[in-house]
Formats: sequence, structure tokens, C-alpha cells
Amino acid sequence: MHVFADPTNLDAYLSGFLWILKLTGASAVLALVLGVLLAAFRVSPVPVLRGFGAAWVNIFRNTPLTLIIFFCYFGLFTTLGLTLSDDLDQNNYWLGVVGLSVYTAAFVCEAVRSGINTVPAGQAEAARAIGLTFFQTLRIVVLPQAGRAVVAPLGSVLIALCKNATIVGTIGLIEASSVMKDLINSNGDAVIAIFAVFAGTFAALLIPTGYFFGWLANRLAVKR
Amino acid sequence: MSTSTVLYDHPGPRARVRNAVLSVVFGVGLVALLWWVYAKFDQAGQWEGSLWQPFTEASTWTQFIWPGLRQTLLAAATGMVLSLTFGILFAVGRLSDRRWIRVPSGAVVEFFRAVPLLIMIFFIFYGVPFLIQGPVSAFWAVVVGLTLYNGSVLAEAFRAGIRAIPGGQAEAAYAVGMRKSQVMQLILVPQAARAMLPVIVSQLVVLLKDTALGYIVAFPELLQRGVNDLSANRGNVVAAAIVVAAIYIVINSLLTTLANWLDGRSRRRNFRIPKQAAAPDSTPAGGATVAEPQG
Repeated sequence: MHVFADPTNLDAYLSGFLWILKLTGASAVLALVLGVLLAAFRVSPVPVLRGFGAAWVNIFRNTPLTLIIFFCYFGLFTTLGLTLSDDLDQNNYWLGVVGLSVYTAAFVCEAVRSGINTVPAGQAEAARAIGLTFFQTLRIVVLPQAGRAVVAPLGSVLIALCKNATIVGTIGLIEASSVMKDLINSNGDAVIAIFAVFAGTFAALLIPTGYFFGWLANRLAVKR
Repeated sequence: MSTSTVLYDHPGPRARVRNAVLSVVFGVGLVALLWWVYAKFDQAGQWEGSLWQPFTEASTWTQFIWPGLRQTLLAAATGMVLSLTFGILFAVGRLSDRRWIRVPSGAVVEFFRAVPLLIMIFFIFYGVPFLIQGPVSAFWAVVVGLTLYNGSVLAEAFRAGIRAIPGGQAEAAYAVGMRKSQVMQLILVPQAARAMLPVIVSQLVVLLKDTALGYIVAFPELLQRGVNDLSANRGNVVAAAIVVAAIYIVINSLLTTLANWLDGRSRRRNFRIPKQAAAPDSTPAGGATVAEPQG
């Protein structure tokens, strides 16, 4: 544990996880908004919207996140000159958020859509029978129930997003995995302790999150 | 709700007009956006023939893309075999009657599901060499990492599959005098494996995509060879990334189609474990399976 007694290393460890949390938070919000919107597109009566949603999901779900993040940096930033902030770290952070969000939105979309499938067809038919429009049916009757049904899968998506945030290290943001790599390279005598601390921090963050979402899903489930 | 069409009526004249207007408005917006992207790329000179020309040369495919793809597929295949083994062992371990097997198995599965794959790969690639006083190849760093993570996910899937088999089957097997290990081997695991086949194939898509993490430890897989190395020579990052992404999308779409086909097949044969029991943490009751969205 002498590695973490050194204040420089401790600071690196803390800032590494702070980046992970900031990446997760910003991407989670963006991906949730985008994902619900895409799910609404995919069930809408307008064919162009459905096609757009389907194309988004197929493209981003089947491409490795590493490639997407790579493209955000070398394609959007280096080649096209898209700059999101003057500060280099902030710029990489926002490029990472863009990559994580467009990727995760595809999974949020599929989760929400499978949630829509759990709502009995009769409810939508009843909603239509009393004259609700598509948007009213979706907003008032279907989505609230779908939302309760997808708490657990959205929890899995959030957990995966937090783990995936480590991939932003590829484009030079010194997040937790990069910090661990550097610490291992400079402290060959304490590799197990270093791994235990980093892996343990992730486990301590994510295992309770998993149980929390399981509990919440159970509590919010629509009992039929 | 099996189809989303119940959400709206069969369109009448007004709805048809409205949908057509919405289609046109959104379509125009989309085309404008694509045009803007195209123009941006054009401004940066990304559509110049010289950047795309490498993909018409055989050497690009034989020297970069095919060797990369082969390494990707090799790592994915090895990882799949090992993670299936790992998954079955730990699923059975978690269902053991002996506490000293059950508790550690559960801890291992929970731990490896919570730790990012990249952290694991870094530890194996950079950390383990200090412990064994020798180098670890990038291939094994990637494969072992993939095995531990996907094996844990599969262990949960198998466990759920085994638990969803009607209890009478195990009771009948005990009644004819089988031991617990025989019940597992002959009755429960084969059925669980078959019922979980679609989940297993979906997990293969995740595993295949995750091999791209090998890029970070310089394992010469598709992303490394096809995008990084190729564009280092030709300066065509955007073109290379688009081509390689298309290759990944085609392979993964084929695997997804296979998973759906298997799913439909097992459904028709009435050989299906209810999905809500089958994948507890990734599926809402009665909904479609959502694969774990790892990298």
C-alpha cells in the first residue's frame, strides 16, 4: 500500500476516478435523452423516422466502442478540426462523451423498445379507442409503464457505461485505467496491490449499483 | 405488446398527409445533415481518390485488413471457447450445495462482471510480467481478459437457465438414482445450454467487439492493422475507419441474425425458458433480450 501513501499517486488515483464519474454522468444523461427519442422514432408511424432509428441502432451497436472513440479523436478532432474546448483534457473529455453517448444511446433505445413490448397491447388499443393520438398514447399510457419495466436493463446499461468510460483513455484522457497502467509501470513491486485498489474501487462502485437497480426494478415493477 | 403498430391507427387521409409532411421535413433535415457532414469531409479533402484508392489494391487487404481480421477472429474464437468453459464451471459452482464452493464462485463472478475489461487487460499485460518475471503476449492478455469478463456474464446466464428448468426434472433424475453431478451433467446443463443458445450467440457479438480493446495493448487485430497501421502509411484515417467499421457491422449483423434465427427456432420447438427467468439482469419481463453493452 506504500504506492498510495505517496500524495502524487493518491491524487492521480482520485483524478482518474473523477474523470470516470464525470464521463459516466454526462454520457448517461445524453444517452438517456437520445435513447428515449430514438425508441420513440422506432415505434412512430413515420417510416423515415423508423428507418433512422433502426440505422442508428444497427450502426452503433455493431461497431466496437474503441473504434468509435478512436474516430471521435482522429476523425472528428484531428482530421475535421472539431474542437469542443480549448483545454486539451476538456476537449478529449467532450470527445469521449460524444462517443460514449452515441454508442450507449443505441442500447438505451433497444432497452426502452423492449420495455414498450411489455405493455399489454390492450392498453394501447384502449388508449386509441378513447381518442388519444400516437404521442398521447406513448407519453401518457405506454412510456410510463415501459419506463418501470426497463429500470433493471437501464441499470445494466449504466454499469456498462461506467466501465466503458475507461476506453476514453485511448485518446489521451488520463482516467482510471491509464493511471493504473502508469502506476504499474513505475511500481513493479506492488502490481497486485495496485490492481486490487483499482479493480476494488470499480467493484465497490458498481456491485452496489447493480443491487440498487435490482431493488428499484422490483419496487417499481408494474404488477400484472 | 408484440407489435408497435397498435400504438397508432391505420392512417386515414389526414394522418397520411401528416406522415408524408413529417417524412419530408425529417428527410430534408437528415439529407441536410448528411450533406453538411459530406461537405465537412470534403473541405478536409477526405473524398480524394488517393485516400480511397488503397482499398482497391490487393496488398491493402492481404497485408493489413485480412491479417487483422484473422487475429480478431482467432482471439474471439479462443475467448469464446474458454469463456463458455469458465461460464459452465462457475454456473455449476454457484449452484453447488457446498458453501465453500458456492460463495467463492459467486464472489469471482460478481467481481469480474464489475471490473472494466480494460483494467483487467492492463493488469495482465503490464502487471503480470512483474509477477512471473517474463512477458505476457498481447494475444493472451486480451483473450484472458475476455474470458474472465464474458465467462462471468455467461455463468449468470447458465445459472438462470438451469434454475428455470422445472424442478420435477431434477427430482425425477434423483428418483431413478442419479447423483447430483449426474443430474447436472446429463439433465440440467445440456438443457440450459440449448435454451440459452441465443443469449450465448449475442454474447459472442459482445466478445468480438471487445477484441478491439486489443488495439490499446498493440495486439495486431482489425482496428490496429486496418485503421492504425494502414492509415499511418496512407494518411487516410477517416476512410480506413469507415471501411473497418463496415466490416465489423457486417460480421456482427450476421451473428445477430444467427441469434435471432436460433431464438425463433427454439421458440417454434416449444423448447424455451421464459426470457424473464433466463436473463434476469438484462431483460424486462417478457421483453427482448438486451445484450450487455460492454465495449
